[in-house]
Amino acid sequence: MKRLLQIEFIKLWNNRSSRVLILSYFILLTSIALIAAIRFDIGPIEFHLAEQGIFNFPYIWHFNTFVTAFFKLFLAIVIVSMMSNEYSNKTIKQNLIDGLSKKEFIGSKFLTVLSFAGVSTVFVFVVSMILGLIYSDYNEVSIIFSDMEFLLAFFVKLVGFFSFCLFLGILVRRSAFALGFLILWAILEQVFFGLLGWRFVSWETAQQIKDFFPLESMANLIKEPVSRLNAVQSVAEQIGETIELDYQVHAYEFLITLAWTALFVYWSYALLRRRDL
Amino acid sequence: MDTILTVTNLTKKFGLLTAVKDLSFSIEKGNVYGILGPNGSGKSTTLGIVLNVVNRTSGSFQWFNGTASTHQALKKVGAIIERPNFYPYMSAVQNLRLVCKIKEVPEDRIREKLELVGLWERKDSKFKTYSLGMKQRLAIASALLNNPEILILDEPTNGLDPQGIHQIRELIKQIAAQGTTILLASHLLDEVEKVCTHVVILRKGENLYTGKVDGMLASHGFFELRAADNGQLRSFLESMGAFSNFSEENGILTAYLETPMEAETLNARCFENGIRLSHLVKRKESLEQQFLALTNNTAPRAS
Repeated sequence: MKRLLQIEFIKLWNNRSSRVLILSYFILLTSIALIAAIRFDIGPIEFHLAEQGIFNFPYIWHFNTFVTAFFKLFLAIVIVSMMSNEYSNKTIKQNLIDGLSKKEFIGSKFLTVLSFAGVSTVFVFVVSMILGLIYSDYNEVSIIFSDMEFLLAFFVKLVGFFSFCLFLGILVRRSAFALGFLILWAILEQVFFGLLGWRFVSWETAQQIKDFFPLESMANLIKEPVSRLNAVQSVAEQIGETIELDYQVHAYEFLITLAWTALFVYWSYALLRRRDL
Repeated sequence: MDTILTVTNLTKKFGLLTAVKDLSFSIEKGNVYGILGPNGSGKSTTLGIVLNVVNRTSGSFQWFNGTASTHQALKKVGAIIERPNFYPYMSAVQNLRLVCKIKEVPEDRIREKLELVGLWERKDSKFKTYSLGMKQRLAIASALLNNPEILILDEPTNGLDPQGIHQIRELIKQIAAQGTTILLASHLLDEVEKVCTHVVILRKGENLYTGKVDGMLASHGFFELRAADNGQLRSFLESMGAFSNFSEENGILTAYLETPMEAETLNARCFENGIRLSHLVKRKESLEQQFLALTNNTAPRAS
């Protein structure tokens, strides 16, 4: 396993664009701390975002995992191109000739995906912990370590998304087209959903079906955190509206994403095995 | 003798096209093999199949008598197919380090192999800055990293300038001299003739001949002759019954032997019969002539 990771590490780290993208990604992950610096001081109105409760434990786990997940697009580019470059340079052929089995080849890519997701999760954990310890109103250990499932959801979400990218890279074999396909797919999921609800089934059923789409299932793992904020809720109450809250991470949502991950990895392997190079 | 590779009834179809048809041959340790065949005769497809990058339609192949799985066996093989494929953004040393990781061999051989192919001075240049000849030499260095049991080369001199071709051939000879088994696919006959001891000849995916280069045609060679009266000479030779075929070109009569005969014997016989020869040479068919004779024949020959 270590050997497979080392192989992929040599390929990625010696490529300048991948290196720059990976570094930028992790710098951006850290930069979420900069939100703490947002502060308005307009005469009598004093607004400090960090004081609005977004860095309160355990809410911070939800908020930070949700926000940082947007940066995953950087790594998506790296993953798609690390796969499609193997095709355009024909190095995949040479790797196999040199004695890497097809299973090991997919294995080394998937291990890289796991490590990217793992390191990202650790990063978010550390950054959130530091921010929380500075700004949170509650510092009891039991509160700090509650709602930790958001970190697990973050990890699973990234693994699922990156596996999708990996599969697209193998399927399409050109990085630009694979990324285009990724965006197209995101739009298609919404179009399917619209069509289903409009023509075929009730909107409620359509929503349930939509939860099974790959990208939608990944997005569902961590729902938007804004409506949970005290400030937002009090505004809603003032206008006589109660916001229904279902922000939990559900077990079946994990299952859907994990199933897609397994399928993407298996399909990648099946494609590689079937194709002549 | 140790068998390195056995191919049995291998068939590969690309849709309607049959690229390799019921091919069988085996590679023994210590010989230098040439796979000969015109373009599109299935050479690269065959190598692709045994190297695990092309899926076979039917038939089987076995490395080292089936003692290891294909990808494990490939770690004891060095192979270059068509163009040299490396990561363009990595230097020679970085690329070779990667190959060492894949083949699970120590990295301390990198220097030795780069020196062998004369690239040590350029070891830190990126692969994309190399000329084609240098790329091809790096590929050979990479294939030799594991001190392979067999070195497989597919058209190694394709697209190179004369100097590059010469360098690669010298390298191959040097490697062959060390006792490494070599399998060389090529359509360049003089290349094969210069380095190979055995040949496998393919045409349209079918095996025409497998065996020693010398034994390709059961032939005894031919004479090139000239006399004052070639017509008289020809009718005399025909009456001898030792020749199967004649052709005449530019005043030279070529007579193909059916039974062995030495040049002195023929000279003496002619002189005894009042024919004085002004030109007498005994030759063996070149590989090219034999190859053309074989590939133009429709019926496959048994080895």
